[in-house]
Amino acid sequence: MSSTLTVQEARAQLDSHTRELINWHFSPETGCPYWLDWAKNAGWDPREKVECFADIMHFDNFDDEVLRKEDPAKFIPKAYEGKPYNVFETGGTTGMPKQRIGWEDYKTDYTEFSNHYGPDFFPQGGNWLMVGPTGPRRLRLAIEHLANIRGGAAYFIDLDPRWVKRLIGMGEMQMARAYQAHVIDQAATIIRHRDIQCIFTTPKLLESLAERMSLADAGIRGVFAGGTTMTPQYVKFIQEEVLEGKINYAPTYGNTLMGLAISRKREPGEYSLTYYAPQPRATLRVVDPKDSTKGVEYGEYGRVELTTMTKEFFVPRFLERDEAIRRPECDEFPWDGVGDVRPFQSGTKAVIEGVY
Amino acid sequence: MQIPILRLGEDYHSADLVELNDNLVTHTANPGLIRRDLLNIEKSKAALDAIPAETLADYCEAAAELFMHADLPCGDSTQSPAEYIESLSALTRLPHTLVKMNMGKIYEAMSQIRTVIGGLTRGIPLEMFDGGLATLDGLDVNYYPATSSLGVSLPSNAPAVNSLWLPALVMKIPVLLKPGREDPFTPLRIVQAMIQAGFPKEAFGFYPTTHEGGDTLLTSCGAGISFGSDVTVRKYAPFKSIQVHGTGRSKILIGEDFIDRWEDYIDVLVTSISANGGRSCINTSSILVPSHRDEIAEALAAKLAQIEPLARDDENALLCGFANTAMAEGIDGMIEDLLEEPGARDVTSSHRDGDRKVEAHGQTYLRPTLIACDDKNHSLANTEFMFPFASIVEMPQAEMLDSIGETLVVSAFTEDKAWSQDMMISHNIERLNIGPFPTNRVQWEQPHEGNLFEFLYRRRAIQGDLSGVC
Repeated sequence: MSSTLTVQEARAQLDSHTRELINWHFSPETGCPYWLDWAKNAGWDPREKVECFADIMHFDNFDDEVLRKEDPAKFIPKAYEGKPYNVFETGGTTGMPKQRIGWEDYKTDYTEFSNHYGPDFFPQGGNWLMVGPTGPRRLRLAIEHLANIRGGAAYFIDLDPRWVKRLIGMGEMQMARAYQAHVIDQAATIIRHRDIQCIFTTPKLLESLAERMSLADAGIRGVFAGGTTMTPQYVKFIQEEVLEGKINYAPTYGNTLMGLAISRKREPGEYSLTYYAPQPRATLRVVDPKDSTKGVEYGEYGRVELTTMTKEFFVPRFLERDEAIRRPECDEFPWDGVGDVRPFQSGTKAVIEGVY
Repeated sequence: MQIPILRLGEDYHSADLVELNDNLVTHTANPGLIRRDLLNIEKSKAALDAIPAETLADYCEAAAELFMHADLPCGDSTQSPAEYIESLSALTRLPHTLVKMNMGKIYEAMSQIRTVIGGLTRGIPLEMFDGGLATLDGLDVNYYPATSSLGVSLPSNAPAVNSLWLPALVMKIPVLLKPGREDPFTPLRIVQAMIQAGFPKEAFGFYPTTHEGGDTLLTSCGAGISFGSDVTVRKYAPFKSIQVHGTGRSKILIGEDFIDRWEDYIDVLVTSISANGGRSCINTSSILVPSHRDEIAEALAAKLAQIEPLARDDENALLCGFANTAMAEGIDGMIEDLLEEPGARDVTSSHRDGDRKVEAHGQTYLRPTLIACDDKNHSLANTEFMFPFASIVEMPQAEMLDSIGETLVVSAFTEDKAWSQDMMISHNIERLNIGPFPTNRVQWEQPHEGNLFEFLYRRRAIQGDLSGVC
């Protein structure tokens, strides 16, 4: 939902939230074994040093290998002990996956997303189709929650990005294309035979789906997309041709660790996207790739750094594998945004990105 | 200048732009846009089918004159031939002389389109493209198009390769082009000349795009042509619909019957190595000799070393600068590293004044390099770089054919009949010149490296009463 705070109020809220959550995660009564052990070895007590969000700089960049190596149960806050939890894995990683646990965070994120767009953007009561990675991912439950709180049901077509990545790595481009066609076949069948009004998918799958049929004629009224880079041209093409200018479009940036960053409203003819993290639960900074303690100036590209602070999960200063333009606050979100997100250093090395 | 995408004849302005210099912006196509255009490709095919092939050949000949002499649309502006030469030179660092030479090759291909297609079809009348039927030596033959689109991913460093896709339009196959990043001008100028001459604009797609967009173009069209290294060849090997023009590794083989006269042919060797700035796959990259290696190497190196970097607009310029300085540094570094392997010597180093890599006239050059190798298996003995570079290896004539590996062009300096016949049945040679000809010699009626007609058309067995369909 759009924030009603001023920039100053949002900063104060973030500082207050930071103090509260640091206290939560580093107090033996509420914190999790991983962070309590970390604090014992760190030689400093975050509860004493972190008084505002800027003090998060006392933490080094979070090493996400921890999420592969450690038992996810080490991240159960004391206050959540005994409560059944979900284990979520990140998207396209091969080998041992990164995992995080959660309880209600995904519902909070997607309820907020639902409220942001109101009843008409995605028709209230409409059924949803998710075409993309389901499996052990937060997104699968999140989309079902989103559909349900809006009065609809959710259908799912799975795509395993790990297999696609492996196929591409093996040079099996034809098999990767055949697999994508198989996924699109299934999605087209569901759209033709069930009353679907809303879709969540990736931009590439959306394009492919629209090559099979007119999504507008098929009754689709709203599309929520994320997962891969969307350049301004991508957005223009999707709006004008894939969605024929008739379907509402909500591009988002998100992942298992952050949740969901909503893109701000754009003027007609404006195609560059700017995403805003669900602050204060998650905060995005755009930092100097050579020194992540320093932010870049507005309008400049830098590496995206994520800090997530909810009662369920704490990750300070995690460097995403993305870079973005630092953009200022807007009417809907009184904090910094990240614009035109793309893979980190995508201009200088080969990246298998957007495989699905 | 803004160069938009051409979507089967219609200009399209992308929201993703690439600024190539202060005055030039190209519009980038997203992959999905290319696939979406292909949904309508049958309309493009129909537009070509509506025109007799003889008329299309006439248009192509007229387009040759326009390409060579006319001011033609180029994005939101127009471009004269002189502006084309300077603009392309500025982006690719090809000297004006080489741009003009490449321009001349394209002109020849367009103006001699009937000869070119005759070479590809072995003389089938053009009318065959109108109805699929022709009579050859009293035999009815029926060909049908194997695709309704040809996708071509073009390089930046060799404008003349655009001549390879030209015949497809007269053969009534629409063409979708991905220009090389630094050469949007050549394919666009050809397309505009052809449209001005009468070709239906729907028959052309022009898509400056990303690597992913290039993959999409090649794999989504019914037939695709790409240019590149061994990596490109491997990448597209599983796709039978994609023809890759890879590394040439072209060679000169001097026979025992010619070797004592090597001094007579030293200029042919120089031309073979250095023509077109040494950037073509048909430039010589290895010379195999049965004897006299060191004498030939010294004499050749002395001549090559005389080719010095000159300004882009110098009428004697032969060397190309590198638009990407890092590439020049990488190549130079690789050669130096490989010279550490025993058994190879840079013969040119003692004949030139200074290093191989040199900054001059505001750009980076690599000066001609000849490496004498003791062993045919040395890492520098059979490789190719984007500048005048060659190795020279001594071995018995009898061992040469077994040593060459896959080779685009072999020029065999010999009159030895038996040896020539061995070469004619070799599966490793794409183009064979018998006699002391430079490897970069091209005759249009002798197409090499994939016959476009055979790539785009299939022959069907046909019999019965054809009087009703002829």
